[in-house]
Order: sequence, then C-alpha cells, then structure tokens
Amino acid sequence: MATRDTVDDPNQRPPVIAGPHEDGVGPRRRDFLNIAAVSFAGVGAATVLIPLVNQMNPSADVLALASTEVDLAKVVPGQGIKVSWRKQPVFIRNLTPKEIAEADAVPLSSLRDPQTLAERTKPGHKNWLITLGVCTHLGCVPLGISEGENRGQYGGYFCPCHGSQYDTAARIRGGPAPRNLAVPDYAFKTPTTVQIG
Amino acid sequence: MSFPWAEHYRPHHPMMRWLDEKLPLPRLVYNAVGAGYPVPRNLNYFWNFGVLAGASLAIQIVTGIILAMHYAANGLVAFDSVEHIMRDVNSGWLIRYAHMNGASFFFIVVYIHIFRGLYYGSYKAPREMVWLLGVVIFLLMMATAFMGYVLPWGQMSFWGAQVITGFFSAIPLVGEPVRQWLLGGYAPDNDALNRFFSLHYLLPFVIAAVIMLHIWALHIPGSNNPTGVAVQGPADTVPFHPYYTAKDGFGLGVFLVLFSIMLFFAPNYLGHPDNYIPANPLATPAHIVPEWYFWPFYAILRAFTFDFLFVPAKLWGVVAMFSAIALLFFLPWIDRSPVRSANYRPAYRIAFWMLVADVAILAWIGKSPAEEPYVRIGQFAAAYYFAHFLIIVPLIARFETPKPLPNSITESVLHGEAAEAAPLGLAAE
Repeated sequence: MATRDTVDDPNQRPPVIAGPHEDGVGPRRRDFLNIAAVSFAGVGAATVLIPLVNQMNPSADVLALASTEVDLAKVVPGQGIKVSWRKQPVFIRNLTPKEIAEADAVPLSSLRDPQTLAERTKPGHKNWLITLGVCTHLGCVPLGISEGENRGQYGGYFCPCHGSQYDTAARIRGGPAPRNLAVPDYAFKTPTTVQIG
Repeated sequence: MSFPWAEHYRPHHPMMRWLDEKLPLPRLVYNAVGAGYPVPRNLNYFWNFGVLAGASLAIQIVTGIILAMHYAANGLVAFDSVEHIMRDVNSGWLIRYAHMNGASFFFIVVYIHIFRGLYYGSYKAPREMVWLLGVVIFLLMMATAFMGYVLPWGQMSFWGAQVITGFFSAIPLVGEPVRQWLLGGYAPDNDALNRFFSLHYLLPFVIAAVIMLHIWALHIPGSNNPTGVAVQGPADTVPFHPYYTAKDGFGLGVFLVLFSIMLFFAPNYLGHPDNYIPANPLATPAHIVPEWYFWPFYAILRAFTFDFLFVPAKLWGVVAMFSAIALLFFLPWIDRSPVRSANYRPAYRIAFWMLVADVAILAWIGKSPAEEPYVRIGQFAAAYYFAHFLIIVPLIARFETPKPLPNSITESVLHGEAAEAAPLGLAAE
C-alpha cells in the first residue's frame, strides 16, 4: 500500500493512490478486470439472445406439416388440382401432349427466367407439372388451375392482381413477376402418388 | 438531483454534446444510475434488491411479450396453447419456465426489499413518497401476478379466478353485480380470460412507470443507509458508478445463478400440479392454494370464520386482507420514532424479527388446509400482524431508548464498519 497524506477536511476527497502503472504506461490490473467482466457479461447476454431469437422460427408443429402425400389417379390430362402444403397452395397439373409441345417449342433465350419443362418436372413424369401456386411477384394465387379459369395468353396461369402471365410450364412470360412459379421438393412414391416436401 | 457535490455530466464527444442539447437522455441516465448520483458509502447487500427487482421485471416483460406471441387467450385453446409453447415452440419451455419462476423470484426479491425498508426505516421522512409508491407497485404486482396465473386455464387458474373474484361479492349490496361485471359472467369464462390477458399485458408497463416515479422520488432525498443517519457531506458518499454498478452487477450475477438453478433443476417446484389439469368448471380441486407469495394474505383472509358485529365472516376476511396491505400506506405516520435504522433500536429490532416470524407462520397457515390446529394458529398470527402495526410499533416509538447514533456515516465507517453497517446489525456488540 502506498501511503497518503492525512486528509484534514473530511469533505475533501482523498487523492487517488497511484498504482505501479498510473503514469499511463501499460495496462493496470483493473483494466484487465474491467474487460474480463464486461466480456463475460457480453457472452452471457449473447447466449441468452439465442433462444429469444430462435423462438420466432417455425415451431415443431409447423414443421410437421412440411410434407404431404397426394393421390394423382383421378387427375386426367388437361386437368389440375390445388393442394395445400405448408399452408400454401400447390398446383398439380396433368399437361396434355399439346401443352407439353407448346412449352418445349419456346426458345430459352426469350425467357425471363430460362428453364426447360424437363428441368421443371421429374424424368418419366414430364406431364406432371407441380409448382407452388404463389405468384413470384407479390405472392397472390394465380388463376388457371381450376376448370374455366383464365389461363392467360400462354395457356398456363394468369395472375389477375398485377397481370403476370405464366405458360404451360408455369414459366413467367409477361407482367411484373420476376421468376417462374417455384417447383417444390417432391418425389413420386408410386406412378400415381406423389409426396411433396 | 440529491446533493450539490454530485458529479456533473460532461459529454466530450461532439455528437454526445449535440445529443445533450437536443435530448439530454444520457444526462438523465448519468444522474440516475451513473456517477452523477452520490450514494452513501456504507450500503450493504440489502441495497441490491431494488436493482434485482428491476431486473426481475425486465425478465418478466421480455419473456411475457414472447409468450404472448404464441399464447391464445381463448377458453377453448388457452391450455393447449401453453402446451404448444412447452412442446413445439423453439425454446418455448425455457421461456415459459423463466416467466413462471421469474414471477416467484420477483416476489422473493421484492419481499426482501420491503423488509429491508422496514428494518432500516426507509419509509420515514424524508422518504415517505418512496414508500407509498412502493406499496402501489406491490399492489400492482399482486394484481398482475393473479391475472397471469389465470391465463394457462388449468384447474388452479380457473378456481383461483373464481375465489379471488369472489372477494368482491363480499361487498355489501353491490357485491354480486360487481363480481359479475368483473368476470363478464356468472363464473370465469372466455370473457374473463380475455380481459385478464389484456390487463396482464398492460399492468407490467404501469408497474414500470410507477418504478420510475419510485426512483425519482428516491433520488430527491437520496438513498437511506444502514445507519439511518443522513448524509452530511461528500465524504459520506461515493458516485453510484462505478462503485454500486459493480456491487449491483455482482449481486445480479448471484441472483441469476440462483434463478438458473431453480429454472433448470426445479422449474415446477413452486407450482401446483393441479394446474396441469385443464380447467373444469364442474369440479373443484381438493385444496385451492394460491401461489406461495400470497400465502400470508390468504391466511389472513381465512382467519375470520365467524360473524360478529352484524358483519359476515366473508366480509371480515376480505376487509382484513386488504387492510393488511393498506396498513403499509400509513406506516410512515404510525412509527413516530426519529431513529431510522433498527441497528440503534433494540426493542424495535425484536419487534421486527417477531413480524418476520409472524409472516412466516401466516405463510405456513396459508398453504395448509382449513382445519384445526391451523385455523386457530392462523387467527392468532393474523391478530399479531395487526397488533404489530397498530399497537407494538407506536408503543415502541414512544417508550424505546435508542442507542447512541454515530455523528456521521463516515465516522461510523472509520470506527468499525462491522459494527455499524453490517447487515441487520449482525456484527453489533
């Protein structure tokens, strides 16, 4: 302990006792302790934040809805059905040979989001066009999956909200949407049943 | 604020200077919990509990807002939505258990905070307003905790709502209409659940606002200290930061360790298993018991088992229970002794510990079934509670000879801090 002068006036603060490094050369022990304590608290606070942020992510019951099986036996060519997957509409369309030919005839260079129909379907199931029924513009549900709905000028889907046009491979051909209708992960379990997700 | 020798806020960075001119928020913080607030140099760890109570409220608000994101306030699905939180929501079990046990820890900390005030005379002039606002906070906490307990819509939730709202039916003439108005029906149901959820979300923010007033009112006379002797000069105080930020930070660490032990190893220890049974309006649980922090008041409520003076027992019980809390409002004027700290009040110190023991006995009675010998013990303990405030404390204030007080805080520290400032005077003599 360094000695210090006695303080005459009790209302006067005692002078600061100079430590070995008070001359500003080198760190003091207290600097190390301060940094260590604040770092420790910082790591703790960051760790606490993880569950507080993670709780906003999809919960287990939402993730449990992440796959659905669909029976396609009753869907004839030219027909389409709408199923729900992850609380979103999925369009499943049985394309006619004419629609397949139309889609294959389009040169890729003319497309906004170039993809062939073969890339957007499964091998051996080229007639099954399975896409999300969510317009890539702002997320409306396009028309054209049900009988009698407007399929737009390319015979695929038509989103009336802002006029996006999709062709028979559900590729964007006109209007504001940037990308083709998304193709979800799916697999054929049997020739007539498909598991989405 | 408080003392003329408080450090002044001097922003160095040009941007902080600009901010200080437009909105002196950093200045406010500096003067409230920074170097700008001089605090007596001799505080012991009982002065940690105000900060701990604030931290508890912060934990409750953060976890509560998150729970409200996943909870559904509807009688049909409320219970299931809590189970959804426990099973499906990421870390939902952690957040709900933190909220459950956080409520208990909030009350533990606040009870210690209140008894600290009783021991060291923190309710006396010039701090009466601090104390009054504190009692308001305590009442709001009780209302909030009760309404929160109803939300999971288990058996204890439902019958708790039934019993607590039943208090209001004891009011003469208008009792039953008032109860029906509170519940929005003849028994707790969806309407009651919805309004409790709304108010349970609102009241913590009201508590936070009253806490600000509580701290504001405290910072005008400045903090009390274990000797109860007023601050007389700069030598008696140290700046809040870094001295008490460091001390409170350590205390907060200890608190969080204890909280974590409870949270991770015994999350349901303080709960009641009946609340994992969905609410059933047609079957009452064998023992309706409130959460532990209401046991003493529950015991006072049940102490009246007989009608007298033309007033029914039910009304006596309700009046007694509310009086037990309302009494605290008058304490600054009931205790006329000029000496604040019980360290220098031998008789009051005994009375204080008798009160602690009495409240502990009331808590034990409150959790016990309503049968002998508990009923009789509870009646004596409830009577003693009122006697303490209405008879014993005024008499002691009048006849007690206090020990000589130190001339100043500094002098008491220099003469041996152990004797003068030790917690509860344990090192005295």
